[in-house]
Amino acid sequence: MSTRERILADVLKNQPSASPLPDMSAFKGKNQDVVATYCEVFTGIGGKAFRVKSFAEIKHLIAEQFDTAQRIITSLAELSDSFETLSTDVDPHTFDDVDVAVIEAELAVAENGAVWLPEQRMGQRIVPYICQHLAVVIPTERIVPTLHEAYAKIGEGDYGFAAFIGGPSKTADIEQALVLGAHGPISMTVFVLE
Amino acid sequence: MEKVEKDHAALAEEFIKDEERVDWHDGALWWIRQKRDMAAKNIPEWEALREAASQIKNNVLSNLHDYLLEFEANVTKNGIKVHWAADAEEHNAIVYSILKEKGIEQMVKSKSMLTEECHLNEYLIERGIDVINSDLGEYIQQLDNEPPSHIVLPCIHKRKEEIGEIFHEHLGTEKGVSDPTTLTRFARRHLRNVFVTRRAALTGVNFAVAATGEYVVCTNEGNADMGAHLSEVQIASMGIEKIIPQKKHLGIFLRLLARSATGQPITIYSSHFKKPREGQEMHLILVDMGRSRQLGRPDFRDSLKCIRCGSCMNTCPVYRKSGGLSYHNTVAGPIGAILAPNLDMRKHADLPFASTLCGSCSNVCPVKINIHEQLYKWRQVIVQEGYAANTKVLGIKAMAWTLSSPTSYSTIGKAGRWVLNNIPFAVNNKFNPWYRQRDMPDSPKESFGEWYAKNEKK
Ligand code: SF4
Repeated sequence: MSTRERILADVLKNQPSASPLPDMSAFKGKNQDVVATYCEVFTGIGGKAFRVKSFAEIKHLIAEQFDTAQRIITSLAELSDSFETLSTDVDPHTFDDVDVAVIEAELAVAENGAVWLPEQRMGQRIVPYICQHLAVVIPTERIVPTLHEAYAKIGEGDYGFAAFIGGPSKTADIEQALVLGAHGPISMTVFVLE
Repeated sequence: MEKVEKDHAALAEEFIKDEERVDWHDGALWWIRQKRDMAAKNIPEWEALREAASQIKNNVLSNLHDYLLEFEANVTKNGIKVHWAADAEEHNAIVYSILKEKGIEQMVKSKSMLTEECHLNEYLIERGIDVINSDLGEYIQQLDNEPPSHIVLPCIHKRKEEIGEIFHEHLGTEKGVSDPTTLTRFARRHLRNVFVTRRAALTGVNFAVAATGEYVVCTNEGNADMGAHLSEVQIASMGIEKIIPQKKHLGIFLRLLARSATGQPITIYSSHFKKPREGQEMHLILVDMGRSRQLGRPDFRDSLKCIRCGSCMNTCPVYRKSGGLSYHNTVAGPIGAILAPNLDMRKHADLPFASTLCGSCSNVCPVKINIHEQLYKWRQVIVQEGYAANTKVLGIKAMAWTLSSPTSYSTIGKAGRWVLNNIPFAVNNKFNPWYRQRDMPDSPKESFGEWYAKNEKK
């Protein structure tokens, strides 16, 4: 018997009798101002949130917040006149010197501050991790109250890789002192676009 | 790795020699427990979430065979190669063969308790493969040649000055530097170099979705992703119990996990891996290592529902005061003390006794495992099977005899009070394990029984 067959046989022999899945329909967010909640929670986890009305405003804020002499890349067509368009077919290692990456999120969750980024929106999987600073654009109508609404929407799409990202990379491994920027971005900024 | 001969009590005794460290360790963990409480209170349906999580896991355990088949089929369809391993040896051999086939001699790893259990690092190092743990806490433990002492906070038992010393010795930072930000920045630069040069990366798995064949890895540092997305070969190791039925169930578990672990609303990175990227190879290893056996023990199977949040450790008065390393097992604390005897009852016979049975662990567990009841059950099994230490057996036998007979109970009570009042040094000495860390109470002048007998007549 192969290992696979043996494990499966042991599991089958030892598993308890059937137990049903719970009803999850009661789990949903309350009617609340999801935009205000999102901004508040995201700020609380060490991010920066700006409510903006246009891409012109976003460009202006990027120039104000970051050093534009450094490498700034984006996957957003609306910003391609100002920043380098990120290439989807180069070796991921070539992003090692990126200072700021600006990408658009598919969803954001008010209750925990996280944005949902499928790889199509990342451009390349490594981008939101390897940059020194991550900036994300999220249109207000795509903010949902909780993860339950988020997964209801995610269920429809396909991806090879996707992630919830909720703030800058962080660690508290040394005496529980919070340090932003463990391996990934030192800061994360979200532009909430109305 | 050094063979552990000392039991929990003996190892704890070493830890508690430094009283100041114990107070600090106790306080640091209690603070995390409090953060968990605040996060839980912000969710009005918290208890309903715990109940749902527990029921989903019950369903998983009762259908594990079919879910594993469904998951395997979907993972394969997604272009990921599936392997099965019965034990540590088989798991390690699979990892080694994947690397060897590609001629890879260096690998970067993100946190995985399973590979710690398998002693994968030692196995690979013996065969000439260089492995680096990239989670900062695990990296520090690796430099110091010590296993992690906590599943979420691997070096929680170390002071920053000690970490500064380790960095000085191994990485060449200036002597005396102990500022957490400075040290973290230094490790960041160092490990970035590792990420961009390693061709293979290994991660653990937090959740595996049967219906879609994807798996989710949660980190705060982003180290799993830095490794995975820069590597040409990506390996994931998971215990067979990590399965959940559908993607929507992640909504329940991700709401519970980080809040229970550290009080955060969600881990910074919850990465969903489904298909290899262009030009990349992905492998997934499904590991049994005693899990199917535990599934067949009705009293202990619920321990397989654990999502490794660590909150039972943070709240446990014994863990906080004895330190994770005193459990001489990869998973320390209350849940570790249930999982370990399943793997080796003789070696871990002491662990179910390292608890006050106060029930705090069961109260915080996000998947509602009856942890303290299982600890109590293990004690009975261990005593019955003859694995308990003699001091414990004598104590338990004496107690059982005393409690089973009212006359002996009152006689012993009288005798006990007489001893405490007249020859206290007979009790307050180093042969009484209970007295070693505690002051024995002054004995009451009379027992409740004597008081009642006297007062009832009035
Ligand atoms: S037993 Fe429960 S509380 Fe302990 S680590 Fe597992 S899930 Fe968390």
